[in-house]
Parts: sequence; structure tokens; C-alpha cells
Amino acid sequence: MTPERTSVTMRYSLPCLATLAAVFFMLAAALHPAFGADIRPEVNALGTPGYTALKEAIGALAATGDPAVPELLQALGQGELYVRVADSAVFKVTDTDDGYNLVDPLTGEDAGPAAADEVSKITVNNSVRETISAALGLMTLMSPDPQKRLAAAGDVYKSQDPKQIPLLDTAIAKETDKSVAAALQLARAAAVLRSDMSDADKLAAVEIVSQRDDQDAISLLSSFVASAPDGAAKTAAASAITTIQGTLQLWSGVQNVWYGISLGSVLLLAAIGLAITFGVMGIINMAHGEMVMLGAYTTFVVQEVIRSHYPGLFDWSLAIALPLAFLVSGGVGVLIERSVIRFLYGRPLETLLATWGISLILQQAVRTWFGPNNREVGNPSWMSGTFDLGHLAITYNRMWIVVFALGVFAVLMLVLKRTPFGLQTRAVTQNRPMASSMGIRTPYVDALTFGLGSGIAGIAGVALSQIDNVSPNLGQNYIIDSFMVVVFGGVGNLWGTLVGAFTLGIANKFLEPYAGAVLAKILVLVFIILFIQKRPRGLFALKGRSVEA
Amino acid sequence: MFKRVGRTLGALATAALIGAGVTGAHAADDTIKVGILHSLSGTMAISETTLKDTVLFLIDEQNKKGGLLGKKLEAVVVDPASNWPLFAEKARELISQDKVAVVFGCWTSVSRKSVLPVFKELNSILFYPVQYEGQESERNVFYTGAAPNQQAIPAVDYLMSADGGSVKRWVLEGTDYVYPRTTNKILEAYLQSKGVAPEDIMINYTPFGFSDWQTEVAAIKKFGSAGKKTAVVSTVNGDANVPFYKELGNQGIKATEIPVVAFSVGEEELAGIDTKPLVGHLAAWNYFESIDTPANKAFIKKWHAFIKNDKRTTNDPMEATYIGFNAWVKAVQAAGTTDTDAVIDALIGTAVPNLTGGYSAVMPNHHITKPVYIGEIQADGQLDVVWQTKGLLPGAAWSPYLPESKSLISDWRAPLSCGNYDVATGKCGS
Repeated sequence: MTPERTSVTMRYSLPCLATLAAVFFMLAAALHPAFGADIRPEVNALGTPGYTALKEAIGALAATGDPAVPELLQALGQGELYVRVADSAVFKVTDTDDGYNLVDPLTGEDAGPAAADEVSKITVNNSVRETISAALGLMTLMSPDPQKRLAAAGDVYKSQDPKQIPLLDTAIAKETDKSVAAALQLARAAAVLRSDMSDADKLAAVEIVSQRDDQDAISLLSSFVASAPDGAAKTAAASAITTIQGTLQLWSGVQNVWYGISLGSVLLLAAIGLAITFGVMGIINMAHGEMVMLGAYTTFVVQEVIRSHYPGLFDWSLAIALPLAFLVSGGVGVLIERSVIRFLYGRPLETLLATWGISLILQQAVRTWFGPNNREVGNPSWMSGTFDLGHLAITYNRMWIVVFALGVFAVLMLVLKRTPFGLQTRAVTQNRPMASSMGIRTPYVDALTFGLGSGIAGIAGVALSQIDNVSPNLGQNYIIDSFMVVVFGGVGNLWGTLVGAFTLGIANKFLEPYAGAVLAKILVLVFIILFIQKRPRGLFALKGRSVEA
Repeated sequence: MFKRVGRTLGALATAALIGAGVTGAHAADDTIKVGILHSLSGTMAISETTLKDTVLFLIDEQNKKGGLLGKKLEAVVVDPASNWPLFAEKARELISQDKVAVVFGCWTSVSRKSVLPVFKELNSILFYPVQYEGQESERNVFYTGAAPNQQAIPAVDYLMSADGGSVKRWVLEGTDYVYPRTTNKILEAYLQSKGVAPEDIMINYTPFGFSDWQTEVAAIKKFGSAGKKTAVVSTVNGDANVPFYKELGNQGIKATEIPVVAFSVGEEELAGIDTKPLVGHLAAWNYFESIDTPANKAFIKKWHAFIKNDKRTTNDPMEATYIGFNAWVKAVQAAGTTDTDAVIDALIGTAVPNLTGGYSAVMPNHHITKPVYIGEIQADGQLDVVWQTKGLLPGAAWSPYLPESKSLISDWRAPLSCGNYDVATGKCGS
């Protein structure tokens, strides 16, 4: 940059900045009586050992109302503040290779390097973090940004401190945004329940809280009931709890159905590849779980490459991993079929042993290559978090997996029912000699079908990497469940697999709250065993001549 | 012909499994052999492989110092493949065939129980480096991991204190096997002795490798909304932890609302998860990688140099292995021999520096003294110490909170020489 151009910029920006600064200072001075006073003693008090002393120091610091405080408290919460042992002064610290670099927390001036043993970190625990967020909430209640005010109201709501009622009253009086006003009212009501205000005030507060109608409201009301003196407010709170619990009871049924669908979609994903290799082709493929694992590891590798080379593409990592996982698992599947399984057609016991051996070889190969530890596969932003549907909190990753499982199922159905390859596959599995004499290259179709089943398993691995461990044991956890679903649904019938997966998922999730996870699983297994006694061919048995082939 | 190829392949695959564990070791007599009995394949490989590397590292360090009794140490590594009966077979092979002087090994309690008869019969020494449920004291085993009073009870004490959030309601969440069941039994008795009402304790178990935590996490959320501060004590094991923590993060359970304190989650397990939603959840151990002592820093530096990877974490069972190995070395030096009986006698009272700045001593009940730390998970996957015991706690083999072990003591010194002496009846053994 040339000197001339710098001066031009200066000429424009200086007066501008000066005016802004002046306005800001005046505003700040008007809002905060203590502004301008040196808050350094309060800052250094943060270095006093002991969590109780630290919490008091945070309160004192917040009470100064200094504009530098929010940033300081955030730094404290993130563990960036350190105490210099020599003079117990508090500094912000940045890591360097051979020790730390100190920065003055108020002015931002560099205070030189320090060795690791000259400073000690101010550790914060959960109770200190709570104090910090409550203090920050109070300080940002008047922020011009409604989003920040909403978050602040949430923080103050959690602290439930009666001392903040006057401040909340001022904030409510000024508030123009409806949703923020509601949040503030709720925060005030929560604080009122903890205060020693009159019974009438508390009755109004109970009403506000009970409108919220969720677990949080129950929590608040029941702690009020536990400590409140008898009166109208207490009775109202007790009846509100009963009403809310009734509503939640209804919703817990809906919740079980949703959890069941979610578990069912995972089962469907794991089993759908097996429905082809075992269901359609009749191969007992014990290495099916390892195909899923290979898909998950493909996702890991894709994410690693993206992280180190193209960080901007991270949200696309799963989309990129899908075709690759299909190719990797499918390719390994074709290789296994050509090298081992094709020699064992019609000998189920030997197929079982051979594929089990292959599964162990694949597991140990991955363990040697990637190490025995779990690998971190991240969730893209569109797969993190939750949204509320009534009283049902639905996590995005579960929802997308349900959608994805149904999508994979639909595509697979299309491939088998509407493409020439699907026709050939069905022909070969129904009557091999006839298909062969019609000119279909049966060995070629066998290899591709097995590859398709394995490839679908690989795709399932991409989805499962989002909710489970990516470790060499990933596949083992799913192999039993997959066989269970396919056998229950009816061997050779894809619709059966779909219905079987969702039935077992929902049954499991309805049993779990009453019987516990361990017993629920056992009960489901017992149910399947009994069911298979009655209907040996599963839910949807294939009929006709092909069954005998 | 092709049929034969297929058959051979099938047989090969099976043979590969059986053969994987065998590592031959034939050495001259001028070495002292040290057995390493940790799974290098199967489900437990995730945890145990690191401990195999740790013992190899410690042997390497000791040999650099000139070995032991003028001889070099030599490692004999076997792979019990996470298969409990195979543990016993491999232990027998180590002791009677390879003639090792001592064995470092096992992780799960069931693997330890499986090798116990072998160590008793062939009279050898096992160092067991993992926190466990207690209720055991054997002459041939030295327990260098934490007993329940060195991990579970201090963690609960911290959460009950004002600093820990004055928790009044407890969820005991565990994997369904012996360690969580026994620990939860002890904790339940302990909490009730501290005045916690039975309806304020919820106990739930899930199967090994459990991955669908939606119902359980929703139940925790519901249990926590009774208006009392609630905490979860997790004895969830191994692989099931990652989906558990992911579900906690997804359902938005923050550590400031319902903290989860875990006894089986360390730096190694956290390496597989994004820890940002988990900041503030707790773990109780006797060692953390983040502990700032010169001994720990030197250890980490040498470990990284040995393993040739700067990113490998260190963890509590590694420190327990370190203490056990050094105690054995010191006891052999004191006894002047590797003879089992002499070393067992010399081990009691042996004190060696641990990595957290103190000395851990082997007690007459074959457990050791340890400090207890409570750490909170940080955004970088490390655990920062928020609380620690004043001084060291001696490990108690038998829990005083359970009626069946209230009157049992353990002292392997003569003349008592008993692991389960009943002071009420004056008899040894049951």
C-alpha cells in the first residue's frame, strides 16, 4: 500500500471512528455508573483459589457493569485465563511452542512470555460455568440483538435467582419482541417461585410456567411444591404437574413409535444388503457386517482427505462417501464371490465357515491398517442438533437415516423390478438351469448380485458411521440383528425385510422402557424363535415352485 | 479341483484365527522373561493394545538402564484375542512353557477370573492394571488399578459437595456385566447410607456394544426433571460410550444441567468423539494425561519417542502398568531373585514414584495407594482436573458398604497370610 492511499483512508475513517467512539463512551457511561473506574482489582480477584471465591469474584466483576466484562467472562469459561504465580495477576494466555504468551486481559497489550510453571490456569467446573452463563445472561439482557436477548433470557431462566426480579421487570417493560418477552416472563416466573413474594404473585407465576407444558416446567414446579408453604399457589402447581404429566404420558407413546421407527431404519439399513446376498441368493454371508464396516471406514478416509485438503467441502463428505463406499464394499464383495464363494454354492455349512473366516481376516486387516481405536467421523452441520415436533424432540441425524433407509430400499426395489439386471438376477435365483439355457451368463450375474448386496451394505456403513463407533468391531454388532430381520421378514422377500425391520424396531422400543434394554432384546429374540416355529418361512413366505429350488 | 481350493480357503480362514495369537519366544538363559497377556485382536484390542506397547516401552527403558540383576529383560507377547478361555490357555503357556518371571495382563474382570486358577496352580505373579469392582484379594495377583473406594466413592462424594453441584438424585447407568453391577451395588448402599432416598436412585443396564441410546437418554432426561439436581454415574463400558455421548449431545443434555461422571472413559475413548458438546462432563481416575508434573511430562515425552507418534495419548491403566512394573523391578532388586515367593513377600511395602508427583505403595492386601482426581472433559478431548483427594487413598479389597464383605479383611503378610479373613468369625476363607 502506498503512503498516499493510507492517508486517504485515514482522512475518511478517523472522524468517523472518533464520533462512533464518543457516542459509545457516552452511552456506556450513562448505562454503567462504574464505567471508567479501574476494574483490575476485580479481575485479579478471579485468581483467588477455591470455586466459592471464584464465584464471588465473578459476581463482583459482573456488578461493575464494565463493557469489558462479557469478553473476560467468556475467556474464563473457555479456560483462557491464567494467574501469574509471582504477583497473582490475571492474564489471558495463548499457547506457544515453549511455554505461554501473556496478554493483559483489559487492554489487550502483550505482557511477554512465561514459562509453564510461572502461571497456573484458573480451572472452572460446572458450577462456575453456570455462574458465568447467568452473569453473562444478565449483562446481555439489554443487548440490541433480539437473538442475544433470547439466549440471555434462557440463561437467566436457568439461574432462577430472586435477586434478578427487578432487573427482569425493567427488561420486560422495555421489550418489544414477542418471543423474547415470553422468555423473559418465564425467567421472571421461575425466579418468583424461588422468592418470598406473596402467594398471589406465585400463583400467577405457576400459571406462566405451566403454560410451558414440558419436562422443564415439571422440574420447576415440583421443586416449588417440595419447598413451598401450603397455599393456593402450591395447590395450583400440584395440579399443573398432574396435567402436564398426563400430556407427556400421551407423547411418550408417540416418542416410542418414533424411536422404534428410528431403530427399525438402522436395522433395515444393516439388513437390506443381506436380504440380497442371503435372502435372494441364499448365501449365508457372515462377512456381511464387515462390508458395513468397510463403508464406514471409507467415510472416515473421505472425511480425512476433505479435512486436510478441502475443508469447505465437509458438509458434502457423506454425499461423496456414498458412491465410494458402494464401490469399495461392492468391489470387495465381487472379489470374495469370485475367489471363495463361487466354489461353495450349495454347501451352506462350508460357506458359513469360509465367510466367517473372511470376516475375521477383514477385521484384523482393518485393525492393523487403521489401528484398534475408534476413528472420529464427524457429523455434517445438517445432521447435528434437534428440532421439536410437539413434545417430541427429533434429532436430525436419526431423521435423515430414516429417510435414507427408505430411499435405499426404494432404489433397490427399482433395480430389482425394473432393470434388465434385476430381471436376470431374479431369473437366475429362481431357476438357474432355465436362465442359463436362455442365454444368461449365470456366474457373471452371481458375482454382480453379490457385489450389489455388499455395495448396499457399504452404503449402510456410511449412514451408521454417523451414529455408531467406527471401529473394526462395527460389523459384528449388526450381523446377528441383520440375520434376525431377514429370517423374520421372510427369506427372499424385500418387503418382508422392510416390515420385519420396523416391526422389530418398534417392538424393541416399546419393551425397553418397561423391561430395560437387556431384557427387551431377549424378549424380542424369544418372540422371533416362537414366531419361526409357527411360520418357518417368516412373515412373507415366497410361494410357488421357486421355493423348492 | 476348485472345490478343493474353496475348502482349503475356508480352513485357512479358521486357522488364521487360531494361529494369530502364537508368538514364539526362544531365548538364552541370561535374560529374565516378562509375559504380556493383553488382547491384540477382538473387541478388547481397542483398550489392551496400548498396554502391550506400554510394557514393551517400560522393558526397553529398564534395559537401557542395564536390565535387572545383571540380566536383560525380554518380553514374551501372546494374544488371547478377547477370548476368556484363551486367556487361561495363554497364561499357562507363558508360565510353564516360556517360564516367564512375571505377567502383566488382563483388562476385563472375567479374563482375570479366568486366569486366576492358572496363576495359583503354577504359582506365578500377575499385575492387573485396570480399575475394577474389588471384592477380591489373591496371593498371586497385584491390583494396581483403582478399587471402588479409589474411584467411584470419591467421585460421588465430589458430586454431593457444594462444588460438584450438591447432587440429590442419581442415575446409575451401566453395561450389564460384573464390574458395573458390583460397583452399582456398592454405590447404592453408599448413597443410601448418606441419606439418599431409594426413589432418588435409578439403576439401568444395557447390553455390551449397545448403540441405540434414545430411550435411555430420554429416561435420564425425565428422571432429571423432578426438581432435584441430578447426576449420572456411568459404568458404561468400551464401545457403547461413543453412541451414548453422541445421543447426550444430540438431545441437548448439558453438563451444567445433568453431569455424567464416567469410570471407564479416558483420553483414549474420547479420541473417537467430537467433545465440544460434552464439555463439563466428568471422569474419575487416578491419573490424567493433563496432570502437570515433571514425572508425567518426562514420561509422555519418552512414550512419544518410543511409539514414534506425537498424538498417542496416555491414560490411567498405562500409569497403573508403570507403577506395577516399577514396583516389581524394585522388589526383584530387593529380593535379589525373581523367585515368585520371595518377590511376593518383597513387593508388600514397596513404594515407587507414580506419575502424579507422589509415591504409590503396595499394601498388604495387594492393592496400592493412589490419589483420586476428578476431571472435566475439555473441548480438545483432554480432561482438566477440577478436584482431587488430599493425599493418597489405600485401596480396599472388600467394600465395607456391602453386608457380605463388611467384616472381611485382607493381609498377605505372615502370620495371617489371608485374602479374606473374617474378623467376625475369626476364620480365613469362605
